[in-house]
Amino acid sequence: MTQIVLTVNGSRCEADVEPRQLLAYFLRDQLGLKGTNVGCDTTSCGACTVLVDGESVKSCTVFAVQADGCEVTTVEGLAQGEELHPVQQAFHEQHALQCGYCTPGFVLATISLLKENPNPSEVEIRDGLEGNLCRCTGYHNIVKAVQAAARAGAGA
Amino acid sequence: MENLPLEGALTVTFVRSLLAHAKIAGIDATAAEALPNVQVLTAADMDLGPYGPPPFPGVNPGMGRPLLAVDRVRFVGDIIAIVISDDRATGVDAAELVSVDYDPLPAVVSPHESAKDEVLLFPEVGTNVAARAGSPEHDEELFGECEVVVSGTVVSQRMAPCPLEPRSAAAEVGPDGRVTAWLSTQTPHQDRMVLAGTLGLDPAQVRVIGPDVGGGFGAKMLNVEEVLVVWLARRLGRPVRWTETRSESMVALPHGRAARLEFTLGGSRDGKVLAYRLEILQDCGGYAVLGAFLPNLTGLMASGVYAIPRIEVEGRSVLTNTTPISAFRGAGRPEASQVIERAIDTFAAELGMDPAEVRRRNFIPKDAFPYTTASHANYDSGDYEGALELALRSVGYEELRDEQRQLREQAATTQLGIGISCYVEITNGIDETEFGEVEITPDGGAIVRTGSFSHGQGHETTFAMIAAERLGLPLEKVTVHKGDTDEIAKGTGTYGSKSTQIGGAAAGLAADDVLELAKQLVADYLEASPADIVLDPAAGRLHVAGDPSIGISWADLASRASADERLAELKAEREFKAGPTFPFGAHIAVVEVDTETGRVELRRLVAVDDAGTLINPLIAEGQVHGGIATGVAQALYENFVYDEDGNPLTGTFVGYAFPSSADLPSWEAVEMETPTPLNPLGAKGIGESGTIGATPAVHNAVVDALTPFGVRNVDLPANGENVWRALQEAKE
Amino acid sequence: MIPAAFEYERAGSVDEAVALLGRDEDAKLLAGGHSLIPTMRLRFSRPSLLVDIGRLDDLRYVRVNGERIAIGALTRHAELIRDPILREHCALIGEAAALIGDPQVRHRGTIGGSVAHGDPASDLGTILLTLDAELVARGPGGERTITAAAFFTGPFENALEHQEVLTEIRVPKATGTYLKYVRRAHDWATVGVAAARVDGRVQVGLTSMGPTPLRARSVEDALAGGASPADAAAHAADDTMPPADASASSEYRAHLAQVLVRRALEAV
Repeated sequence: MTQIVLTVNGSRCEADVEPRQLLAYFLRDQLGLKGTNVGCDTTSCGACTVLVDGESVKSCTVFAVQADGCEVTTVEGLAQGEELHPVQQAFHEQHALQCGYCTPGFVLATISLLKENPNPSEVEIRDGLEGNLCRCTGYHNIVKAVQAAARAGAGA
Repeated sequence: MENLPLEGALTVTFVRSLLAHAKIAGIDATAAEALPNVQVLTAADMDLGPYGPPPFPGVNPGMGRPLLAVDRVRFVGDIIAIVISDDRATGVDAAELVSVDYDPLPAVVSPHESAKDEVLLFPEVGTNVAARAGSPEHDEELFGECEVVVSGTVVSQRMAPCPLEPRSAAAEVGPDGRVTAWLSTQTPHQDRMVLAGTLGLDPAQVRVIGPDVGGGFGAKMLNVEEVLVVWLARRLGRPVRWTETRSESMVALPHGRAARLEFTLGGSRDGKVLAYRLEILQDCGGYAVLGAFLPNLTGLMASGVYAIPRIEVEGRSVLTNTTPISAFRGAGRPEASQVIERAIDTFAAELGMDPAEVRRRNFIPKDAFPYTTASHANYDSGDYEGALELALRSVGYEELRDEQRQLREQAATTQLGIGISCYVEITNGIDETEFGEVEITPDGGAIVRTGSFSHGQGHETTFAMIAAERLGLPLEKVTVHKGDTDEIAKGTGTYGSKSTQIGGAAAGLAADDVLELAKQLVADYLEASPADIVLDPAAGRLHVAGDPSIGISWADLASRASADERLAELKAEREFKAGPTFPFGAHIAVVEVDTETGRVELRRLVAVDDAGTLINPLIAEGQVHGGIATGVAQALYENFVYDEDGNPLTGTFVGYAFPSSADLPSWEAVEMETPTPLNPLGAKGIGESGTIGATPAVHNAVVDALTPFGVRNVDLPANGENVWRALQEAKE
Repeated sequence: MIPAAFEYERAGSVDEAVALLGRDEDAKLLAGGHSLIPTMRLRFSRPSLLVDIGRLDDLRYVRVNGERIAIGALTRHAELIRDPILREHCALIGEAAALIGDPQVRHRGTIGGSVAHGDPASDLGTILLTLDAELVARGPGGERTITAAAFFTGPFENALEHQEVLTEIRVPKATGTYLKYVRRAHDWATVGVAAARVDGRVQVGLTSMGPTPLRARSVEDALAGGASPADAAAHAADDTMPPADASASSEYRAHLAQVLVRRALEAV
């Protein structure tokens, strides 16, 4: 077992982890943060996307030990009380989710995308989200949500 | 189910066959059971019979699937043993250590080969043919009066449903001996009945809860894994939990499509279709489940939107050593549409006629409904020509043909293709009944309890809207409950695009009933006649007709009724049964084809989808968007492939080409509403329409792009290598 | 899936990493993890010890070094894409890195890790081979330089000794283009073609056309002999062994190589 200390959603967190424990399972099973979902085993689907030091990362392809000393943000860390994060709000308003399983990953990938490119074109949005898969929405309203979030200044 | 607390739950890991067809000579679990708290169970530890096949007429009952493989495995992924452990990691470690001694048997992967009955999956049954559809009788003169006859083949390739949430199940036996099962399913109530039947339990002893389910697309109905999880909870006396990995799901969750469709279509030189013959060879996979029955739906919908006087359909469903085939978004109807639309385009090409014009000459006219087709479907309402015209206008058809002409004259490397697909599909296809209950809550709101089971379809909003509108309540005051068989008295679940039209209708009727009951209660309180009480929906108030000042709001009525212990009077339940409805539409795809590499890019897809009355257009459109993506995925990307030994070659999201947002354009969805007379809402289903309409449009577009090169057909997925091969063959 | 269990050590320096690798013959380096961890999750790879060098930030850099550009082995793909020195002097590297995987992968994957993994479908491997890059490794015996041509020895193999750690990659200033045919945007290359002008000579590399990234030497020789791009491209599949898999047949790969080589030569 290895000791790690990291910040998760703004709170300091100390834990003992088996080296083989992936960050996604650490967040879900040890911290009880069930919003980060596991959808595949080949780093393809992005449902597990979180932010590590502000950048989108697939938490299924990072060991918890690698996140020692890092700042991790999951979907649970986005809303301020009752107020949704602008990206979450945009996804809601644009009906960019149906079953919702892929949504936390898309929201975090979007936050990272808009941070790097606050006013992306449609092509840049579609390319920027190539690491996240959805079977329900056909991506159409997800693209609209990202555009709405960008207009609302979510990347600023 | 990983989100459920479940104190003390054990983890279930399945040991699955690595071979497609083999006898099991022995299973050695010694090394596995040496790991802490690990237990391994096999068929020797259970005495339950095979599971299924489902009781569809005509499906060979001898081809059911053992819950655990007894002496033989029939596909890569067939379950051989169960590992019980304290946690997931130990379960994976132990499963690897279970040693299986296989006696390999020859594997048969192609349905064509399998139909020869040389390698039998069930030797005691004596054949691999699981079911037949239509009739083997052929009229030799079927095309006798046709001036022009064309034929061809469409292979509707095997697809994996890929819901983003893989399956998960948990079960626990309570102190009272009742078992509660949490399932990632589409059909909680049906699952309860089948679980009870399979395990020999009184249904009252079984509770099924469907929590939030991350997509289903037809594939998530009770399968052997869920039965085993419930059986284990009872056998071990401890709660148990199972979640499949994606690689596991890719072989263990049933697949879709996998049908070979051969057509012959004949008609007159002026474009009138006179006769159509369709032969279907359906791959069932290793066991006969719903897939065996699908050719019946394909055959039923063979006529498509056309008034074809004579139709012959023959279907065979054949086992192979592959993952079993079940329902997947469209379930038999995409196949019908894929083949008739290619047949019509092939006919148009032979005649040298515009494919839009040939379609116009053959549509079932708008005033001909209800209409019974020569393949025995009774269409309720439709305006096929209207849908096509709307689509052609929306896409700018003439301008696109001009652009195509120019690119052809220039002999440009990248050519343009325009493809049309006119479709009709059947929803609520087996005449089902759905349950709806409405009750008023103490605070003057309402609860809708539905037997439908949304797993992304938004019934929580749509059914709330239906009830809210009828009761004059704000949407926020109506909540929809679903998925718990202890709370919802009955239900059939959600599949076949039936939920709004029967579940929403039932909820609407129950709401109407509650309104009538409320009028009676208000009449009582106001000492008036119920016939004189009316609802002011905007104000949410029931009052004496003509005198709004004498009335009670829902909130006050609920409060007063609660105090008088009469709130239970404001509750009603309904079951609504109706026949199938037939949504329809027209899709037009515009593709760019790189004639050197074969690479296809979908530039545009215009979709006119008419599903009758739309309760919530935003949600309906979302269903269309997702459906289109799956339809396009079949046309251009996805293909689940095995090698000749039955080893899956596309068993992960790396190998299986599930497209991302970067691989698709935005859609152009155009609204059209032709209501159905068959339910009070005027609504048809829409969940599968996008899929059924899109694949043929894109397929036809790719072939259209390559017509100047002499290409008459491109295999699906019509992209890359398949395009290149079609071009090569045309040169020969 | 869950990887098999392993021991874990974090190295505070390259020398420490070298020493830790010496402890166990089944030890492997962990950098960005985006080549290694996927293989571990499917249990294709079961190292008994992982030596984590992911925090060695002094191996993340891009510098001009005379006529060459020096890239620290732990520089991440996303950094390669944005780096101004690379954009100016060797944009081909960032162009290829931008086609790897997806944004999340590019935030973590490193050039050293990607290249050392030795996947014949690796885009950066082809780029380095095309540029005649030099790879610097440190081992128990000190430092040595390996040419790209000598580095890729087979599928998922490289010329590094067990205890050697890649520290730096040196590329020439060059112009060029990388064309990658994929089924889906985030896929590995069905076929990739790199064409670069290095010291006035046109050099061509191929992805997914054999057991390692390959140089299309017949194409280069034809060009040097005055052939047109189309005529030179006819040699694209010479001396290659394109694989057959669920994505494509060998025949189709050979065809794609010819088309893409011609297009790359027309662009360079």
